Amino acid sequence: MATPDFTPNEMMTIAAARALKNDDVCFVGIGAPSAACNVARLTHAPDITLIYESGTIGTRPDVLPLSIGDGELCETALTTVSVPEMFRYWLQGGRISIGFLGAAQLDRFGNINTTVIGPYDKPKVRLPGGGGAPEIATSCQEVFITLKQAKRSMVEKIDFYTSFGHGEGGDHRRRLGITTKGPTRLITDLAIWLPDPETKEFTVVSLHPGVSRDMVQETCGWTVRFAESLEETPPPTELELGTLRDLQARTEKAHGGSKTKSAAPAGASAGA
Amino acid sequence: MATFKSLHDCVAENLSDGDVAAFEGFTHLIPHAAGHEAIRQGRKDLTLIRMTPDVIYDQMIGMGLVKKVIFSYAGNPGVGLLRRMRDAIENGWPRAIETVEHSHAAMANAYEAGASGLPCAIFRGYRGAELARVNPDIKSVTCPFTGEELAAIPAHRPDVAFIHAQKASRRGDVLIEGIIGVQKEVALAAKRVVVTVEEVVEDFDGIHPNLCVLPHWTVTAIAVVPGGAHPSYTHGYYARDNAAYLEWDRISADRELFTAWMKANVLEVGPDVFAERVKDL
Repeated sequence: MATPDFTPNEMMTIAAARALKNDDVCFVGIGAPSAACNVARLTHAPDITLIYESGTIGTRPDVLPLSIGDGELCETALTTVSVPEMFRYWLQGGRISIGFLGAAQLDRFGNINTTVIGPYDKPKVRLPGGGGAPEIATSCQEVFITLKQAKRSMVEKIDFYTSFGHGEGGDHRRRLGITTKGPTRLITDLAIWLPDPETKEFTVVSLHPGVSRDMVQETCGWTVRFAESLEETPPPTELELGTLRDLQARTEKAHGGSKTKSAAPAGASAGA
Repeated sequence: MATFKSLHDCVAENLSDGDVAAFEGFTHLIPHAAGHEAIRQGRKDLTLIRMTPDVIYDQMIGMGLVKKVIFSYAGNPGVGLLRRMRDAIENGWPRAIETVEHSHAAMANAYEAGASGLPCAIFRGYRGAELARVNPDIKSVTCPFTGEELAAIPAHRPDVAFIHAQKASRRGDVLIEGIIGVQKEVALAAKRVVVTVEEVVEDFDGIHPNLCVLPHWTVTAIAVVPGGAHPSYTHGYYARDNAAYLEWDRISADRELFTAWMKANVLEVGPDVFAERVKDL
C-alpha cells in the first residue's frame, strides 16, 4: 500500500498519539495534545482515560473541544468533578500517569515557558500563563511535550520558568524534592526526542520521514544532539491519518460558522 | 436569604467601586450578563479574581473598570490571547492594570480555603516554577509531621461573587450540574453572592439529590436571565458558542472595533438580549 501524503503537523500528532498506551491516565492540554490523545483513543488505545482540567474524567469527545471545558467533554465523560477536586485528589494525589503539554518556549531540558516573552514586569508579549501546567509538570508521573519546531520557541534559555522540566539537567528535579519523572518525551513536527539518561538533555532519537539533521538544527535554537543510532519515524498509516483527518473535519464543522446573535458595529461583520 | 431581583438591582446593590469581585465559571456557566450589567453601570477600580479571565474580563478590562486581576490563565481557550487584557498590561490602554498571577491549582485551593473559613491554602505546588519569584503571595510552609515543604497562598475572600446556574427554586436554592468548576467554592468564599439563573422552578423534588446545590441562605440575590452565560454555555439549555469565541479574537484585536462592539452589544442593550442570542444554539 502506498504511503499517504501527510503534513509535518499530522506526523507530529500521530507520533504523539503512538506514545500513549491503552492503560494510561492522561491529563490533556488543549490543541495538539488533545488531538494526539483522541487519535490514540480512536486507534490503538480505546480504553485510555482522558482527563481535562475542567474536571471531566474518562471523556470520549466525538469532536475536539475548542476549550478544556466544552460541553461535549462533560456529556461523554465517565464523571465530572469540581476543579478543586481535580487538582487535589486526582492530580496532586498522583493518579495521573501522563501530563501532555505544549509550550511557547522550550529549552533543551524540557523547561516550559507559557507566561511572558521578555521580562515579567515589562513583557514584550504577555502569554496566557500557566493554567494547570505548573503542577501538571510536577505531579503527573511523566510529561510528554509537543511543539512545532522554530528557533524562537526552542531556545537556549527560556524567558520564564512556567513549568519545571529537568531544570539545569541531571538530578535537578530530585534536588527540589520532586519525585516524578518529568519530561520523558518531546515530539515535534520533525523528530522524536528523548532525554539523555544522565544529563536529561533532549536528544533526537528518530527523524520523521524526509527530515534531515540539518532541518532539525536549523529550526532549533540550541546545538542539537543526535542519538548514535538514529531511527526514522514510521510514516502515518492510512488508519491513523484517516482518524486524525475525520476528527479534524468533524471539529471544523462543529466550531465553524458563527451563530452569534451580536449586533454588528458599523463596517464590521461581527455575526457573519 | 436569597431575594429575587432584576439584574440591574442585583448588580447595583451588591457591586461597588473598588470591590474585590469574582465572576467565576470554568468555561461553563460564565456570568456574561452580570458582567455586562457591571459595565453598563460603570463600576470602577475593581479587583477581579478569576481562574480563567476570558472574554467577559477582556471586555471589563477593555472598558476600564478594572485596576487589578488575580488569575491563573489569561487566554481565550483554543483561540489565543486576551487582546484587551494584553493591551492593558503591555500598553496601559485604557488604563494600566496590576496582575497577581497563580496556577490553576493555587486558585482552586484558594477558593476552597475561602469557603472553608481558613486564612490560607496549602498544597504541593509551584516546585521549580518561577511564579513564586514574581508573586509575593506565594510562600511556603513546612509540614509539622513530615517536614515536607509545601506552597501556601492566601485564601480568596471576594466582597462579591457572581455565578450563573441552571435553576433556582422559588425559595432561592440554587442547582448546578455539568462542569461545576469552582461555582460552589467561590460562592461560599464570598461575602455576597449574586446568581443569575436560566429559570425558576417550584422546588427541586425529583431532581438528582447530589446536584450541586447552594442553599438559599448562602445566596444574597438571584436574577432570572435566560441565556445569561452566552457565549459560554449552560449544560442542558444551550451549547457553547465556539464561533463567538473565535469571532472575539477579531473584534478584540482592534480598539475601535472593540469599542463599537461594546456600544452596540452591551451599552445600548439590556440583559433581555441574552435569551435571543442562545435561541438557536
